[in-house]
Parts: sequence; structure tokens; C-alpha cells
Amino acid sequence: MKLTIKVENLSKQYHLGASHASLMTLREALAGAFSAPLRRLRDNSRTAAREVVWALQDVSFEVRPGEVVGIIGRNGAGKSTLLKVLSRITEPTAGRVELYGRIGSLLEVGTGFHPELTGRENIFLNGAILGMKRREIELKFDEIVAFAETEKFLDTPVKRYSSGMYMRLAFAVAAHLEPEILLVDEVLAVGDAAFQKKCLGKMGEVARQGRTVLFVSHNMGAVLQLCSRAMVLTGGRCVLDGDVSTAVSAYLSEARSTDNAATFDTEPDKDVQIISMSVSSLDGESLSTHPYTEPFCVRISYRVKHWKVGSYVCVDVFNEADMRLLWSSDVTSVDDMMVERPAGVYEARVIVPGMVLAPGRYYFTAAIYAPGRSAFDARDRAVSVEITDSGSLLSNFGIKPHAATMIPLSWETTKEKEVGRRA
Amino acid sequence: MDFLTSKSADVSEITNTALDSHPDARSPDKPIIIEPSQAWAAFDLRSLWTYRELVYFLMWRDLKVRYKQTFLGMAWAIMQPLLTTLIFTIFLGKLARVPSDDIPYPIFVYAGLLPWTFFANAFISSGNSVVGNAHLVSKVYFPRIIIPISAVGGRLVDFAISFSIFIGLMAYYGVAVTWNILMLPALVALVALFALAVGMWTSALNVKYRDVGVALPVLIQFWMFASPVVYPSSLVPPRWRWAYAINPLTGVIDGFRSALFGREFNWVALAVSTGITLILLAYAFYAFRRMEKDFADLI
Repeated sequence: MKLTIKVENLSKQYHLGASHASLMTLREALAGAFSAPLRRLRDNSRTAAREVVWALQDVSFEVRPGEVVGIIGRNGAGKSTLLKVLSRITEPTAGRVELYGRIGSLLEVGTGFHPELTGRENIFLNGAILGMKRREIELKFDEIVAFAETEKFLDTPVKRYSSGMYMRLAFAVAAHLEPEILLVDEVLAVGDAAFQKKCLGKMGEVARQGRTVLFVSHNMGAVLQLCSRAMVLTGGRCVLDGDVSTAVSAYLSEARSTDNAATFDTEPDKDVQIISMSVSSLDGESLSTHPYTEPFCVRISYRVKHWKVGSYVCVDVFNEADMRLLWSSDVTSVDDMMVERPAGVYEARVIVPGMVLAPGRYYFTAAIYAPGRSAFDARDRAVSVEITDSGSLLSNFGIKPHAATMIPLSWETTKEKEVGRRA
Repeated sequence: MDFLTSKSADVSEITNTALDSHPDARSPDKPIIIEPSQAWAAFDLRSLWTYRELVYFLMWRDLKVRYKQTFLGMAWAIMQPLLTTLIFTIFLGKLARVPSDDIPYPIFVYAGLLPWTFFANAFISSGNSVVGNAHLVSKVYFPRIIIPISAVGGRLVDFAISFSIFIGLMAYYGVAVTWNILMLPALVALVALFALAVGMWTSALNVKYRDVGVALPVLIQFWMFASPVVYPSSLVPPRWRWAYAINPLTGVIDGFRSALFGREFNWVALAVSTGITLILLAYAFYAFRRMEKDFADLI
């Protein structure tokens, strides 16, 4: 059988604290460069002492033309590293990959877009960066512009574009790349619903044309909709490779914790780290089940080494079907943005009011973001709670709620018109 | 740019060729292989050739962005050497009376500033180029060497503009053009290659040790006075000339003046410059290749 991707025993190693190399002095660097063979000897001895992390470990798989394969796993499972190795951005430490055909990698929408250049100029620049020939871009130019719906702004610098327009234009260029192998990393996480729908539609189209797609996403809905097959990565290893629904449910059960409290190993390198999370009642009593009518509290303890002004703590609430029901952050005013947190351990408490979450199981993700949207630390679905129906009137009648939230709204009924018995 | 406005396209012809002409288009039985690379792996000149359009686009982007938001635009490429010439003429030519080998000091110094400004700008641009394009390096594949190459290439355009001004200055001072001027393209190529050699090596080092980028302007300032830019090399005591000539720019800048003013070439100095440039270039290629595989992980 013909293959488009063949991956054999692929491994990728990262050195922890590799960034400390930048603290070396220029003198050392120059001396080292002129005595390269000597330095390599020294480096080897140093490598042994340094801690290493395997971002990918012994991953093997094969993909045939026309297959759409989802790659799922928790943060840090190696998904993005796999795509980076396949798109030749970073080299593997061991193993071998064979790729048959032209590769298009979309690890980000709008790579190489320059804010000062116009829409027209950026189409050409971005196309060339993604590997298109000038003739090819010229040919597809009108199609790209039509897809992006930005005809009127072609000669406007993209820095004046709305973010929606910017995303549409950037995706339009990438969507017209037409590679045999398309590698996509979470690009659908941005943009509005209409845009996401358009992107998904375009990717489905690509797959129907018999091209191969590797799709990394945290959005299980999109994975289920788009992929026929999926791989689950855990700690750099491929633990499951098979039918998409099997893989998604395996991932969901692995990814979510049914504990109501969790503590995490200390990672001294992190500037800000989440050290524990728990669900409790308002008086601090630990809970694994909780009545629908009562408010409860999610606690997030974190250790701060270096705080950046503008950072924030946030919580996501997911239901059993992995739908994100709520998002909330501790920044609710401009003053909150300016808060400075000196080194130390902090606890953030967020109260979820009663009579909001319908009875069922809920999972909580906590994350701390630095300004500019890079995460200091994130803990995906690390704790959960079971909301029980505590004698709402409906339950007395044996009616189960079939909505994700169940919030008491105010109702009023008035009599509008007197109607006779025989109208 | 012509391609941006041209809409003529023979659709049927292009659809057939567009995909096949892509950099990565190979016959189906010849796959792209990804493996841990060897330090001494030969540099793949073919891949550089297939990505030549990207070199052009990156050059074009740099130029466009450099001059787009400035009020005077491209005029800066002219103003910069002219103003520098004016300052050196007043302070060194008139006040300090630095000798200039019987050439009027303004064109003497302009002829030195031409290759020097090109070198200094190309060196700084390419030295910071990989770090400056971090968003590309971490998100998309192409031969990394394209980045410093296009940085040097973009400065070549600036050089061409300031050279056209020099032609006017030569006419004004009544300097006759001689056959020596035929050496000029070779000299420009030599400066470009030397700037590429040091710039490429620096750009790779800069990824790991950011102090390199900080040190560059200091080095450049020192380097200018170690080269015959604002004074003639005849000012250097004869017993130190050999050490002075180790700086490849000595031979090149003197060569520029010989080509432009019809003086005798110092072939020994030029040969030394060429030799050192080629050795450094070979080393820079090797060092860049060795370091480039860690770019995405370090940047």
C-alpha cells in the first residue's frame, strides 16, 4: 500500500535549562568557537549532568494518502513537537521520517505577516514563506482575496485590519497552499465561530481531495468532525492509534481527573507555577459531590518567583461532553491588571454560584497567563466535582435537566384577555 | 513591483506546472527524509537554489519596511553617506587636515565610505537577522541560510543607490574614469562575501548568546578606524602594514579607491583579502550548519 508519511522510532530530546546557555559570557562563547573540538568534549561531559526531557519517545506510525489523522494529548504530551519535527523546523534526536509529497505546515496563522505591508504585499510574502511560487500565488490571488473577503482593503497595511480580517486573510493564503501533506496545529483556536466553520470546511475539502492531513487540536468536537483516525500522545509516547471515537474517549478519560483536589510537582524553573487545585465548600470543606443549589469554591494555589504585571489567573469549566461552559479570570478591572505579586505562595479562590451548573460532572482547568498570552502554567481538567440534584422541584417530578446550565430566571404570567367559554 | 500588478495568467498552463515547480516537489518515489543530521553534512546548495524566490521576497520585505514609514523614504540611502561625508570632510579633512593621497578629501572619504557603509550595514543586518526573524524560524521550514543572505542582499540595493550619487560627485570634482573601474564588480562581490561570512557566523552565534548582538555596534565602531576609511592606508607605518592588511577590508577599500581614481592596485593586499574572506566564508558555512539545527529550540 502506498504511504505518504512513514515515521520510525522518532525521538526528540530537550535539555532542561538549555536557555541558561545564554547567560554564558561573550568571552566564553568566542573562546569556545575558536576551539570547537575541545568545546564539544566539554559539552558532552556537561550534557551527562544536565537533566533531559524526551518530548517524543520512540514514536512510529504510517499514514496513507487521504487520511485525516487527529493528534490529541494534554499540554506537553509532544503533539506540537511532533509537528515541528515533521515540518523540519526542529531536528529529531533519533529515528527517521519519510515524507512523500509536498508538505504544508500551518503551525500558526499568518506566519511572516508584516504589519506595515499591505494585504496584497502580505499575500505574496506569506505565500513565498509557506513555499509557494510567485506564479502560483499570482494564479490563486483572486481566489485567495475572495475567500478572505477583503477586496476593499487590499492596499491597506494589515496593521489597520480588524483582527477578524487579519485572520481571514492569513488563513486564506494558507488554505490555498494545496500540499499533499498538511500539518495543522491548533490554528482554529482563534477567530470567531463563522471563521472556524469556514476553516473546518476548507480542511474537510482538502481531505476529500485525497490529501493527507495531520491535525493537532484540543477541540474534541473538531477532531471528531474532521478526522477518521486519531493518535493519543502521553509523555511523548503514542499510547493509542486507532479509530477517532475510541481515541477521543480514551483521551478524555485519561485527561480528566475525577479527584476533587490535586497537587503538582514543583518545577523550580517556572516563574509562576500552580502548586495545587481543589474544589471545596465556602467554608473550606473538601467536596467530591455538591448540591446544585449551593455555591462552591475552586481554590488555586500558586507559587510566584517572578511576576509580570498584567498576568492573570483563570479557570475553565468543562462538562462531561467536553464543552467549555464557563471561563473566568481574576482580572475584572484595570486595577487588577496592575497588581504586582512579589515572590511567595498565593491562593486564588473563585466562587461558582449555586443554581448555575446543571446536575452532572464538571472538570476544572486552571491557568496563569503572562501578558502576551503565553502561559506561565496550565493544569488541564485537573479537578472535578459532581453536582447533584438537591431536590429541585423538577427532580420531584423525575425530570432530568437536558441543558448544560440551569439558572433560575424570573418568570411572570399575566392574564391577557378574558375569553368566554364558547369563543 | 511588477508581479503585484500583473494579472495576466495563462490558467491552464500554470495549474499544470505550479505544483511540480515547488521547492519540495520530488518524484513520488523520492521521499523527503528527516533524520538527525551529521555535523559535517554537505551544504545543500540545491535547496538554496530552489528557495531563491524567498531570498528575493525577504530582501524586498526588508527594503520596503525599512523605507516605508520614514518621511524621506529611499532618500535616506542617499542622505546617510552624504551627511557622513560632510561631517568627516569638515572635521577630518578641513580641521584635522588628514592627508588623502592628493584626492579631494570629500570624494576620498566618500569612496571609502561606500564599501565601508555597505559592509557595516550588511554585517549588522545579517548578524541580527536570524534573531530578528525568530517568528519565522520557529514556525516554518526553509533553509535558514536564506535569512543572512537576504539581509546582505538588501543592503546591496542601498549600496547601488549611494553609488549613483558618487558618479555625480566624480563628475563634479572632474575625476576621470579609467579602465580600473572594471574591477569594481569583483570588489563589491568581495565586500558582500566578507560581510556574509562574518554576518552569517554572528547571526548563528547571536541565537545562543545574545550579547553578540549588543557587542556588534561597538565592534563596528572600532573596526572603522582599523580600516582605511577616513584616512589613507599610507598613514600606517610601513613596518605595521602587514598586520594592517590582515583586516580584509584594508585591501578592499584601497582597491575601491584604485578602481575609482585610476590608481595602481595593491594586488598582494587584494589577494590576502580574498584568501581570508574565502577561508572565513567556508568556516561560517560550517559553523552555521552546525548551529542551525538548534535555532528553533533556542530562539
